[in-house]
Amino acid sequence: MSHSLDAYLILAGILFAIGTFGFLARRNAISMLMSIELMLNAVNLTIIAFGAFIASLKVQGSVIALIVLAVAAAEATVGLSIVIAIFRNKKTPLVDEYDTMRD
Amino acid sequence: MAIPSAVPFINLGWDDVLFIILSVVMIGSALLVVTLRDIIRCGLAMMVSFAALAGLYVLIGAPLVAAAQVLVYIGAISVLVLFAIMLTQTKAAPARLVFQTQAVPAAIAAAVLALLIALTVGATNWNAVDAPIRVGTAILAQVLFDQFVLPFEIVSVLLLAAVIGGIFLAKREKDSSI
Repeated sequence: MSHSLDAYLILAGILFAIGTFGFLARRNAISMLMSIELMLNAVNLTIIAFGAFIASLKVQGSVIALIVLAVAAAEATVGLSIVIAIFRNKKTPLVDEYDTMRD
Repeated sequence: MAIPSAVPFINLGWDDVLFIILSVVMIGSALLVVTLRDIIRCGLAMMVSFAALAGLYVLIGAPLVAAAQVLVYIGAISVLVLFAIMLTQTKAAPARLVFQTQAVPAAIAAAVLALLIALTVGATNWNAVDAPIRVGTAILAQVLFDQFVLPFEIVSVLLLAAVIGGIFLAKREKDSSI
């Protein structure tokens, strides 16, 4: 089982779906960011799995996964500081109360 | 005493058993991340999920990526998320309702997505090799600094931009007129 590409890909698909559910369903902005991190991890697992099981992608998979890791760190920094900046003005972390642009 | 080549009592290899344990821990804690009521516990469950994923990376033969996962995700991003949670939780607004009103359609959409991915994966012939290929650190470094040197430099510029952007966005302004 650990020697088949399909098992890893389905595992990554389940993790991505969980992240999608969290992003769509949670009310807290930080919970949504955590769900995005889960989805990024699922994508990284997919890249690593392809790198490990497709002979022509052997090293490139790991390199691309490392680059995705750095981009995820940058995304988390900017996203969380945006949430903190909004929280300072609106005094709530719940996204359904951010309705200034609706009026 | 020699370790048997397969796990006693169940007819599975050691790496299969490790794969199952790590997968169950990762998926279970990911479910806890999206369903728990207390958001601090969500953050801690996220760290468990990242750790299990690092174990999977070791199992699949990418130890350097596993080390980077531990450093970046468990060490940096989780701490950042926990700090942000502590900065944004107010006693005045206890999040009694955790989910949006459209949580049930979201669950259905996520289940359909997982099913579609599983069907697509099962129906495709990937021409995969039988055992995972281990990637040594030396050859990885050679490819990273030879073939991928331009993306590497762009990522460093991106990280600098993210640092500046984070400081600019989160700094306290003198007059909060916005």
